[in-house]
Amino acid sequence: MKLSEIVKLIDGVILAGEEKSNEDFTSAYSADLLSDVLALTKGHTLLITGTVSPQVIKVSEILGITAVIFIRGKMPSGEVLEAAKKKLDIPLIFTKKTMFETSGILYQNNVKPCENMPADEV
Amino acid sequence: MMEFDIQGGDFLNAGESSGVIKEYMKRIGLPHPFIRRVLIAAYEAELNVVAHAQKGTLHFTMEEQRVIITVKDTGPGIPDVERAMQKGFSTASSEVREMGFGAGMGLPNMKQNSDTLTINTEVGKGTEVIMEFML
Repeated sequence: MKLSEIVKLIDGVILAGEEKSNEDFTSAYSADLLSDVLALTKGHTLLITGTVSPQVIKVSEILGITAVIFIRGKMPSGEVLEAAKKKLDIPLIFTKKTMFETSGILYQNNVKPCENMPADEV
Repeated sequence: MMEFDIQGGDFLNAGESSGVIKEYMKRIGLPHPFIRRVLIAAYEAELNVVAHAQKGTLHFTMEEQRVIITVKDTGPGIPDVERAMQKGFSTASSEVREMGFGAGMGLPNMKQNSDTLTINTEVGKGTEVIMEFML
């Protein structure tokens, strides 16, 4: 699914990485807990999260996250956005929609769960 | 070998070493999944120091067939390592949890991503975590 379509369907705002509007995103993971993102995702994925701490950027850098959608009206601070622009070359999107709705819209449009493992198998 | 200082409580700079290590491993052509394993485990170890100790160091050593990450701190030590290894067990503060950590997945995730994990710890003195990654 193209980034521009995702943004349109979730009434999103692109905070960074607009030049990647035409890129295709095929897998996603939704979580607020960065511990889970670090431990349970495998391979590259788009991240849907309500966590806006600076550590989101670090975790994205380490894992090679392809894009971040900040949900339920959680806006990262200017400091976090600056760090993201400096260290990551990925789109950041903001939406007022919930994690459930955002995930549902992407799923309906053929974005699949990223390769991952359940916590009880770590 | 590379060495990095870790400052307890400094969450903003936690993981700065990972950028340097990542560039180095990329430059010498190590495979991406291997780099990812090392970075995840090193970051988790570093976060533990930032969350629980006053200060520490991270050593990165590259040998012919393996990478060794050693993270040492002068923190409170781990009273019950077996319990700390259990998924979901965490003594992280609410501040740490608000940042999105403290799910009790750190040590299990370090074990998951490394080939060997050794923890030497003494209550009141500190902890040393040695992780080996085989190429």
